[in-house]
Amino acid sequence: MAYTTEVKEERYTFTPKAKKNLMVIGIVGVVFTVLGTILALGSGGHTEESHALVGGMDSKELTASIDEGTHGEGDNHAEDGGHHHGSAPWLKRLFSNLWINNVYFAGLGIIGLFFVAIQYAAQAGWSAGMKRIPLAMAHWLPFAGILMIISWFVVNHDVFHWTHASLYVPIEEGGDKIIQGKASLWYWPLEMGTFPIFYVVRMVVFFALWYLFFLWIKREMLAEDLDGDKSHWYKARKYSAIFLVIFAVTSSISAWDWVMSVDPHWFSTMFGWYMFASWWVNGLAVITLIVVMLKEKGYLKVVNSNHLHDIGKFVFGFSVFWTYIWFSQFMLIYYANIPEETVYFIQRLDSQYKGVFFVNLILNFFLPFLLLMTRDAKRHMSMLKVVCPIVIGGHFIDFYLMITPGVMQNDGGFGFMEIGMFMIFAVAFLFVTLSNLEKSPLYARNHPMLGESLHHHI
Amino acid sequence: MEKNKNFILGIYDDEDILLSAIKKVRQSGVKIQEVYSPFPVHGIDEALGYKRTRLPIAAFMFGMLGCTLALTMQIWMSGADWPMIIGGKDFVSLPPFVPVTFELTVLLSALGMVATFMIVSDLKPYKKPRLMDIRITDDKHVMAIDLANNELEKEDIKKIVKETSAEEINDKNF
Repeated sequence: MAYTTEVKEERYTFTPKAKKNLMVIGIVGVVFTVLGTILALGSGGHTEESHALVGGMDSKELTASIDEGTHGEGDNHAEDGGHHHGSAPWLKRLFSNLWINNVYFAGLGIIGLFFVAIQYAAQAGWSAGMKRIPLAMAHWLPFAGILMIISWFVVNHDVFHWTHASLYVPIEEGGDKIIQGKASLWYWPLEMGTFPIFYVVRMVVFFALWYLFFLWIKREMLAEDLDGDKSHWYKARKYSAIFLVIFAVTSSISAWDWVMSVDPHWFSTMFGWYMFASWWVNGLAVITLIVVMLKEKGYLKVVNSNHLHDIGKFVFGFSVFWTYIWFSQFMLIYYANIPEETVYFIQRLDSQYKGVFFVNLILNFFLPFLLLMTRDAKRHMSMLKVVCPIVIGGHFIDFYLMITPGVMQNDGGFGFMEIGMFMIFAVAFLFVTLSNLEKSPLYARNHPMLGESLHHHI
Repeated sequence: MEKNKNFILGIYDDEDILLSAIKKVRQSGVKIQEVYSPFPVHGIDEALGYKRTRLPIAAFMFGMLGCTLALTMQIWMSGADWPMIIGGKDFVSLPPFVPVTFELTVLLSALGMVATFMIVSDLKPYKKPRLMDIRITDDKHVMAIDLANNELEKEDIKKIVKETSAEEINDKNF
């Protein structure tokens, strides 16, 4: 066996045809969103009836009864049952979708960087030929950050119940005891109910930190192409290791901030892990899908079925990991049966979200588990091309279930608006990813472990 | 046990020579019984033309068995044999059964796979191993050819093995 590591430089070209196709998908997405908005406007009258539809105890009533139980008398907050004030249902649904997509796609960006970082920290050789794809995905980070901060100021009162100043008056005058107990998480060091400076600063700092480490790691990765010096690899590993420590903390806190605080009365100690698991397996599925697509177009000759097998195992393994985390959260809450905790699942199971709830499990656990179980399934692009879109769609539904029932209560729906807005964001994300993939060679020809990757055999 | 088995052993020092030897020997129509190596040699399975292991199928079957057993046991225990109210749940409620089901699935598929492997490879405690050559535990690769499986004459086979630059060619009888 000859252990040569010489490979030809390969570059991806983002063809005008591909751009045109993406634009078409984007336009369809806009049409769907507008159509969905119009449909939601038209169905405004139904929403009041839908409250009464849920048999037995309405989740709203239940929230209200819990609120009464914990807050004591004179709690006028309980009168509106934790229901959000303000905008019309169609607008809230639009905002809810905007927030879902912000979190979902920010996750894809950060997972791109996280994937690269763990490859360095683990000194992994097998992935040397495909690391440019997650790196390109991480270019979404600055866009995600700016979009998310702007979106937060647009959606805040409609998505985040805790932003209402009326909750922070003394308890006797109708303040909310539970939310006041958590207020310093958002408002410190200012008065509670004013401007959530701690929250906003945290969001800015997280994105800034992620972007900074992205720039450092990217700098070393691209510099290696030019002079082939091994020191770049060592520096990239150092930055990766530091980033991983930061990410461990920030990913958890961003899960509490961006998603768990949509249901401010509820909490789960599993939530940081839960959202990370969802982000991570989704990011892996997107990386796999892009690799498969590139290979089908004739790119990435250094990636063969052994590498696909490894990344397929990643998707398989972390689908199971997501399920493990999901179940750990569900089972403890189900078994302990404490009203403060079960309200979250009652909202999702004893309502019109019941179908989506089980579809979520089927798409994210049963299908990837059964379809990717055999060795051949992971090694063949045809099967990966089926499973990855299932996982990607499944985790959109996962985020939908995390956010929408909390924002919309029983007014939520799943239709053109959800699909359309997802398409718009997906097109924007792919545009950024692919145009940055074009800017540098498709694989690092001076990577110290490229030889190992070329001879990877499992 | 099978009696009176006659083998021709080709002894090799280098795994690259061994790999090309395997290919040459198989091309000349000689069936190789087994190749023994002191360490794993990459690509030896393909060179020997081994079919892929069916062990995963056994693992899957045992896993299914464990899953079924666990569910049956729990449903029977808490549903029929000794129903108890715990936390106001139904007697047969699936979520609390999942951890036990999961554990038994994993346990049975792992144990079953080990047992299958040992039976298929004829491994058991106190079994006296049929050692072709003591040096396979140290630094030599040994290619064993069963004479009963081959139609060629002993001398012809020895000639073919000789051409593949084997270090030694020995006879071995059990």
